[in-house]
Amino acid sequence: MIEFRNVTKTFQTKGQAITAVEKVSLTVEAGDIFGIIGFSGAGKSTLLRLVNLLEKPTEGEVLINDKSLTDYTKKELRQQRRDIGMIFQNFNLFTSRTVAKNIAYPLELAGVAKAEIKHKVEELLRFVGLSDKAKHYPEQLSGGQKQRVGIARALATSPRILICDEATSALDPNTTADILQLIQKVNKELGITVLLITHEMQVIEAICNRVAVMEEGRVIESGTVFDTFTNPQHATTKRFISATEQDLPSAHLLEKWSGSQLYRLIFKGDKASDPLLSQATRKHQVDVNIIYGTVKELQQRFFGNLIVSFEGEEQKIQAVLQELRQAIEVKEVAIA
Amino acid sequence: MKVDWQTFWPRIVEATGQTLTMVIATLIFSTIIGTIIGLTLFATRKGGILENRWVAIILNLGINIIRPIPFVILLVALMPLTRTVVGTTIGTAAAIFPITIAASFVVARVVENNLISIDPGVIEAAEAMGASPLQIIRTVLIPEALGPLVLGLTFVTVSLIDFSAVAGTVGGGGLGHIAMTHGYQRFDTSVIVVTVVILIILVQLAQWLGNTLSSKILRR
Repeated sequence: MIEFRNVTKTFQTKGQAITAVEKVSLTVEAGDIFGIIGFSGAGKSTLLRLVNLLEKPTEGEVLINDKSLTDYTKKELRQQRRDIGMIFQNFNLFTSRTVAKNIAYPLELAGVAKAEIKHKVEELLRFVGLSDKAKHYPEQLSGGQKQRVGIARALATSPRILICDEATSALDPNTTADILQLIQKVNKELGITVLLITHEMQVIEAICNRVAVMEEGRVIESGTVFDTFTNPQHATTKRFISATEQDLPSAHLLEKWSGSQLYRLIFKGDKASDPLLSQATRKHQVDVNIIYGTVKELQQRFFGNLIVSFEGEEQKIQAVLQELRQAIEVKEVAIA
Repeated sequence: MKVDWQTFWPRIVEATGQTLTMVIATLIFSTIIGTIIGLTLFATRKGGILENRWVAIILNLGINIIRPIPFVILLVALMPLTRTVVGTTIGTAAAIFPITIAASFVVARVVENNLISIDPGVIEAAEAMGASPLQIIRTVLIPEALGPLVLGLTFVTVSLIDFSAVAGTVGGGGLGHIAMTHGYQRFDTSVIVVTVVILIILVQLAQWLGNTLSSKILRR
């Protein structure tokens, strides 16, 4: 649906060339909620703007349904942009227009008849749950409500793609969850492909099925959210993951365990629901002490990450470890 | 020779009418011309929706040449051109031309400054929704900047009242002309006081109207 082919974007500023996006190749399939995560300055915002040609690629091409937008005339390009809805971190609503008029705007541009606009706006207001706010002005709305208007406006021309530029970064955690749910609803109920950029791990975890991690203009890792986050390869990816679930307890707490060997047990998918640990320790008569960890849902699958210590005869502990290693991932934890 | 107020009032009323004519006419003309120049200036600037380096440079240069010229000098310098365009250099109609020229460039800057303060994200959003540059100008730039723009134009209107008084002194008619010929030149302070008071009232009225209108547009 969206394909980046070896795309590079360079900006010329004061005789200096800055490469914002470098040789990126990515494919977003129809029906995906594809997340691009990166720290600020990683080039994700520029990458997103290459999709609707708000930025032109310096090299390579971006294909939407196998067609490059650069092949269109200016007029055709404006037509094509109606097929790509866009929402923004700061909502970018028109302050001179009411909620209903904001949503009507892209339809007015497209020359849709007034009666039809009215009908469509009512339908969209219902979809985003703001029917009672039609005549309000943007400054009378909360951040979450503003983003709902932004989403309704982006959906007005019935696009097949929705691109989201840090859509929840200006919102509090509760509102973020609401907006993410709405984006998910857009994807599931309307069958719209979503490409979003964010610096927040929670956003990716909550709704994305596929993810790409960006750093210094390059995509350093990409794949399904489950694989990428349960088995991160790159240091930056690991940093994003540890931002949501602290990998280790603080040094202060770990002090208590100096002298004993700690292990990290990683359960994925079905393994997380089997009583593996309990069975193995009971069989070899070893005591287990769970010190730290999380078990969570990621893309409708379990993912567990536990720090444990074992108490018992060394030989028996080794036997337990051997048994566990056959089913799950076991790593020794070094205490600094 | 002092004026006889019994017979002089009608002259004052007539002159006030001339001043109002000059101010309203030049406000309309300079708003149209100035808005077009200001929009072009904004649209052609670096990163603008119709970026065009040369147009931007030429317009900026033009404005920066015209604006520092004192209005009295411009008024005189434009006389040959005024004669060609209006047919005469004396009277209210002849004053409208140079005032419009001077005010248009002021309006152009006022418009440009107000457009710069629009959140670029809003313009980007319109672009992303498939708006053409002309649609952006009509449906985004003007409505989004309208509130502060009205305040800016109010400021210009006050300058126009001032311009019209200056134009009056060199034969443009209006309150300025009366103040000069019957007041200053004939040492009649009462005429100067009356005309100045009327000018102050006009300025107050213009400011009140502008404030009311802009707060209505800005909803505050």
